[in-house]
Amino acid sequence: MTDESDDVGEDGAGPREQDSRGPLSDMRTTVREYTDRITEWMGERSRWKADALVVLSALVLVYALITLLAYGQGLDMNGIVNTLVRLTFLMAAYGLLVLALNLHWGYAGLFNIGVAGFMSVAVFTLAFVSGGQGVGLGYPIWVGMIAGMVAAAALGLLAALPALRLRADYFAIVTLGIAEIVRFTVKSDWVDDHRVLGREVGLGAGSSIQVPSAQEYVLKLFTEDGTSRADPTFVGAQLFELGSWFGIDRPTVMSAGYALLLVVAVLLAYVLLSRIAYSPFGRVLKAIREDEGAAQALGKPTSRIKIYSFVLGCALMGLGGMLWQASRFTVAADAFMPIVTFYIFVALIVGGSGSNAGSIVGGIAFVGLLLQGPRMLPRVINEQWESVPEGTNTIYEAVTALGGADIMPLIGYSIANIDLLQRLFVGVVLILLMLYRPDGLLGHRKEVAAATDLSRPEGETDD
Amino acid sequence: MTESPADGVTDASTDPESGASSSDPSPAGWGDGTAVLEIDGLQKQFGGITAVDGVSFDVEQGSITGLIGPNGAGKSTTFDLVTGFTRADAGSVRFDGRDVTGLRPHQIAQAGLVRTFQITREFPDMTVLENLMTAPPEQRGESLARSVLPGTRRGVIEQERELVDTVWETLDLFEIDHLAEEYARSLSGGQRKLLELARAFLTEPELLLLDEPMAGVNPTLEEKLLDRIHDLRAEGYTFLLVEHDMDLIMEHCDRVVVMHQGAVLAEGEPEEIRDNERVIEAYLGGNV
Repeated sequence: MTDESDDVGEDGAGPREQDSRGPLSDMRTTVREYTDRITEWMGERSRWKADALVVLSALVLVYALITLLAYGQGLDMNGIVNTLVRLTFLMAAYGLLVLALNLHWGYAGLFNIGVAGFMSVAVFTLAFVSGGQGVGLGYPIWVGMIAGMVAAAALGLLAALPALRLRADYFAIVTLGIAEIVRFTVKSDWVDDHRVLGREVGLGAGSSIQVPSAQEYVLKLFTEDGTSRADPTFVGAQLFELGSWFGIDRPTVMSAGYALLLVVAVLLAYVLLSRIAYSPFGRVLKAIREDEGAAQALGKPTSRIKIYSFVLGCALMGLGGMLWQASRFTVAADAFMPIVTFYIFVALIVGGSGSNAGSIVGGIAFVGLLLQGPRMLPRVINEQWESVPEGTNTIYEAVTALGGADIMPLIGYSIANIDLLQRLFVGVVLILLMLYRPDGLLGHRKEVAAATDLSRPEGETDD
Repeated sequence: MTESPADGVTDASTDPESGASSSDPSPAGWGDGTAVLEIDGLQKQFGGITAVDGVSFDVEQGSITGLIGPNGAGKSTTFDLVTGFTRADAGSVRFDGRDVTGLRPHQIAQAGLVRTFQITREFPDMTVLENLMTAPPEQRGESLARSVLPGTRRGVIEQERELVDTVWETLDLFEIDHLAEEYARSLSGGQRKLLELARAFLTEPELLLLDEPMAGVNPTLEEKLLDRIHDLRAEGYTFLLVEHDMDLIMEHCDRVVVMHQGAVLAEGEPEEIRDNERVIEAYLGGNV
């Protein structure tokens, strides 16, 4: 097994002994101690260093591309940073959800196409528990968030108990059905305008409602009441000062704070899921994915293990949903259409299902290259081109113009309809990926599910 | 067809208890003659077709028992019924004196009654090592909490280290140690048979039900597999195997059960079965 040799940092740490003693060597020792501690935490077999390198590389590439596009749009420093912050926020939100889906699909082989439903349940539970007058019961936001995760987990359990006995494709239909049932339940009058514990509550019957967000906690770190115009706190004052040196305004600094919270959530989820991946539990999950009957023949209680992993994944989807969709402080049932699930699945396939690092890379690549990047293109073209070609009204007219060797109408049409073409683009990329890279960008990595090194123990001969 | 064969082969349809109660002298290597597996009156219908029709036989402790019969005789269905993969319409299965009828497959496997499959069912996208590491029973780290929570992981890792030793011994024993890092999907058919047998063996079973373990295995490997089975039998394991190769059954089994059209046609020692006219007629087409 060559796992260790792939690890970044191992090679660099080699000549450590020869270093003359000095501050640099001390620092290296300190770094080494910390990385050892992380390694111990992540599990002995964890490839977190290699993972970190892969994720950072993907991040740098996407950042570079988006920075270029943002610059091409003619944005100033603040605008560029704001674009990157927004990008980071979305990448982290996707990263979290893709990680959760990877536990279902990549590990246990559970074909969950109702991700949006589990997100939705958590978000609306949060609204019900912590929402203000007219929406919810007004408990603290952290109570609502825990309740949201519990609700998503409970819905997962409810779905799993009968449905996990079904074949994979029927299970998929059940999850999709549940997601739509949740969406239409929230949209119905049935959950609107009630009196609970002496308060008016309601989930809006389809229209947008005010939803509390963990962002409130983050924003209050920066200013007294959480709005950008209020008096800054001590921490806020320092950071705003720092930002102003680079020409970055207050709202951008504050949203960077919230993006950072999501990044931390992704890291925590990664640690949790890595511990599962490199454990006997993760091994049984993989065995279930490969051949559930064979796993049963080995005495593994597959139903129970599937339920545990499904419920845990659902709770994480709930968390992802709340951190993402509640961040605008307003939410409607139709924010959880099946397309949301589809995008998360595409991101997982892009990165490589079955790999936690792949899941995060998938989130980064999908948000950067498929979701946000293409949407920025029209404004770049508008900015850079003297005269933007006139678009035609239909693709038919644009294509027939090609007959006259005139490509401009097609370009014009594309710019005007980028949202439409973007979906087409996602589909094309998905097909190409399935054909040429079915294991995702990270390919087929050997991530051996075990808590310890499986190579032949020392002291044994080879025959 | 004789009604009661003079050579002492019991006609199963008239005396299903014979396996347990017969006082045949046990060949060397057998256990004490107690039945570890008692199958009584198993029945299974699929739609209108009766696949298994009142099958009863015993498997004695420490024996290698062969289950033979023409295609469609109900051998594999009987395996599925015994191991809980298919629910029986009627009948009972007792293992080690305990009624295991109707238990879930994993419960039956945990009880020590472990099967392999006619078409191998390895975990293709897992390495050979991972395949084998999955098998050992009662792994601490199979609890989600113990795998994830801080502080509890030490014990998991310790046990994993012990398992690694056991797994490598098994790899050596089955002579597939050179394939340890390969994905199971890249193994040849014969190697998969070895992997599946090794994996079943690692579950610490008492009785192994092997469904055509030699199918598609080359003669050299077949010899090795059989040696392995005899070694393990000497250590106290019991085997029930479905096999089509008559010579193999005759040479290696202590007892043979013949199934035909969903029922037990005859059971006895290999020599007796070889000479049984009903068996010859039904199974061998009367040409032997």
